[in-house]
Amino acid sequence: MSRLKRIGDWFGQRLQIGDTVLETAEHRVPRQSASWWYVFGSAALTIFILQVFTGIMLALIYVPSAAEAWNSLQYLNHDVTLGWFLRAVHGWGSNFMVAVVLIHMCQVFLFGAYKFPRELTWIVGIFLLLMTLGMAFTGQVMRFDQDAYWGLGIGASILGRTPLIGGPAVHLLLGGPIIAGDTLSRFFALHVFVIPGLLIGFVSLHLLMVLKLGINEWPMPGRLVRRATYVQEYHELTRKDGMPFVPDAVWKDMFFASAVIFSVLACAFFFGPYGPSGVPDPTIIQTVPKPDFFFQWLYAMLALLPPEIETPLILIGPVAGIGFLILLPFLSNEGEKSWKRRPVAVVTLLLIAVALGTFTELATFSPWSPVMDGWSGDPVPVQYLNGRSPLERQGSLVFQVKQCRNCHSIGGTGGKRGPDLDRVANNMTHDQLVRQVIQGGGNMPAYGKNLTPAEVTALVSFLETLHPANQPAARDAAKVVVMQQEQNAAPANPR
Amino acid sequence: MSPEPAKAADEKPDLSRRDVFAKIGLLLNGIAVTILAVPVVGYLVSPILRGSGGQYKRWVSLGELEEFPEGQTRLAKYINPISNKWDGDTDKIPCWVRRVAGEKFQVFAINCAHLGCPVRWFAQSGLFMCPCHGGVYYADGSRASGPPPRGLFEYQYKVENGQLLIEAGELPTLSTTASLAKGSGGCQG
Repeated sequence: MSRLKRIGDWFGQRLQIGDTVLETAEHRVPRQSASWWYVFGSAALTIFILQVFTGIMLALIYVPSAAEAWNSLQYLNHDVTLGWFLRAVHGWGSNFMVAVVLIHMCQVFLFGAYKFPRELTWIVGIFLLLMTLGMAFTGQVMRFDQDAYWGLGIGASILGRTPLIGGPAVHLLLGGPIIAGDTLSRFFALHVFVIPGLLIGFVSLHLLMVLKLGINEWPMPGRLVRRATYVQEYHELTRKDGMPFVPDAVWKDMFFASAVIFSVLACAFFFGPYGPSGVPDPTIIQTVPKPDFFFQWLYAMLALLPPEIETPLILIGPVAGIGFLILLPFLSNEGEKSWKRRPVAVVTLLLIAVALGTFTELATFSPWSPVMDGWSGDPVPVQYLNGRSPLERQGSLVFQVKQCRNCHSIGGTGGKRGPDLDRVANNMTHDQLVRQVIQGGGNMPAYGKNLTPAEVTALVSFLETLHPANQPAARDAAKVVVMQQEQNAAPANPR
Repeated sequence: MSPEPAKAADEKPDLSRRDVFAKIGLLLNGIAVTILAVPVVGYLVSPILRGSGGQYKRWVSLGELEEFPEGQTRLAKYINPISNKWDGDTDKIPCWVRRVAGEKFQVFAINCAHLGCPVRWFAQSGLFMCPCHGGVYYADGSRASGPPPRGLFEYQYKVENGQLLIEAGELPTLSTTASLAKGSGGCQG
C-alpha cells in the first residue's frame, strides 16, 4: 500500500464522507442533459466563489467609512500592489455573475425545468436572482462615489413613495436622516455578511435539490410531464440512457466555467476597475449620476413612465413581477417542456429581452436628460448664421443663452429632451412658434416670464430660418388670405 | 451518548418525563430568544424611533442675509444638524436660496422631487433642471415639465439677527417632507 493511499484511508475512516462524495459525483444524468446548454448554473456558482474570494481580498484594505471609503479605493487602485486588478476582477465578476444568472434563468425557463417536481428549485432560484441583484446594488454603494451617493438618493426616493410607511422606511434604509456614515456601514453589512450568507445557504439548497431530484432531462416535443408518472419515467431515462456526471458530463461544465473566468480576467486586465468617480460630496452638484449597467433599464423606465402612473408602477410592478415568477411553476406545472411547443413562453421571453435591451440601449445616451452644458459648450453651426439678418443672429444668441440648446439639438449637438430644431420652421408657423416659446406645453416649460418681447421676436425669427434651403418654411395659408383681403381693402396700408 | 437499555413498556413514565424536559428546554430557549429579540429589534429600528415626529429637524444657519442678493437664486451649504465624524463630506448639504424681496425667501432642497438627483439652477432661463430624468422647475420651485410629481421641496425659513435660518435635517423625499413647507407644488398647467 502506498503512503498516499494510507493517508487517504486514515482520513476516509474518520471523515466517513468518501462514499457520499463518490455517489454524488457519479450520480447518473440523462445523456442528452450533458449538453453545452446545461453549463450556466455551474458557471454562476464558479463566479460566486470568485466573488467571495476577491471580496475577502478587497476587505483586507477597504475602509467602510463614509469619510474614508473613497480614499481607500484610491489607495487600492494606485498604491496597493495589484489592488487595481483585484478591484477590476471583483467589478467585472459582478457583471458576469448577473449576466450568467440571467442566462441560466432563461435557459431553465425555455427548457421547462421549473415544472414538477422542480418547483422549489425554481423558487429558490428566483431568490438567488434577487440576491445577486442585491449584491450588485449594494456593491455599487461600496464604491462610495458620486454615483453611489445619488444612487442611494434614488433608492430612498423610490421607497419614500410608499404610502403610510414611506418615511420610516427611508430612515431604516439610510440608517438615519440623511445619506451618510451610517448608510454606508449598513450597506457594508448587507454586502459582506447578510446577503452572501443567505446566498451560500440558498445556493446549497438549490444544489441539493438539483442532486436529489436530478438534472432536468432534455425536453422532447411531445414528452409530457405528468405528476403521477414523471419521477418513474425520469429514473427509467437516467438508467437506460444516462451516464455518470463525473467524468462523462462534468468536463463541459469545467470548460465553460474556466472560459468565463478567463473572460472576467481578460476584461479586468484590459478595461480595469470601475471608478470610483468623483468624491461623495453632495455639494458638488455638477454631476450626472448613472447606475451600473444592469440597472440602466430601470433608469430608463423611471424617466419614461408617465408621472401619473409612476408611483403605483414602481411600487407594485416589482412585487407583481416577482410574485408571477414565484407562481409560475404552479401556473404551469405539468405538460409540455419543449420550447418548440411553447410559443407563448418563447414570445414572452423575447419581448422581455427586447424591452430590457431597448431600455438599456436608450440609457447609454439618455435622451430624456437635458445636456447641462449644451448651451455653453456647443457653438451654433456656421451655416445657420451665414447670410442671416442681425435680428436672426441675435435670436441665435437668445437660443444659446436661454439654455434652449440643453433640450433641443441643432446641427446634431445639444439635448434630445425636446425635438431637434433643424427643421422646426417646416413644422411650425410664426404664430405657433411664438405661442410655443411663451406658453410651453407638450413637456416644455413656458418661457413667457423669462423672455422680453424683443427676445421672443429675435428668437422666433432665428427659428424661422431653420429649414432646408429647398423646403420653404411653414406658412399659415389663412393668414395670407386675410392679409391680402386687408391689403385690397386698404391699398394705402404699407403692409 | 450512552446506549439505551432495551426496555419497552415499563419505561413509559420515564420517556414522558424526558418529553416534558424537552418541552421545557424548548420553552426556555423561546423565552431567551424573545428577550433577546427586544433589544435587537429596538436597535434595528432606532433610526425610525430617533426620527419620529420630526426629531431629526433643527434650525441651521445658511449665513448672513447679505450673502443672498435680492432677486437672485444662489447655492448655499450647511452641515447637517445630525452628523458623525465619520460622515466625511456627506454631511455637507447644499440647497438653493431664492431671495424674492427683502426678508421674503424661498429655500429649495437640492433634491429633485422625482428621484432625489441634484437640480441645477440656470439663471438665464430662470429654470431648475435635473440631470437624471429631465425634471424642470420654474424659479419659484413649481413644476415646469418632466417626471416630477410636484414642485421642489421647500425648507421652512426664518430671519434672526441678520441670519437666514432653515429647518433642516432630513433627506427630502415624497414622505419625509413632514415639516418642510408645502412646495408651490403640483402641475400648474
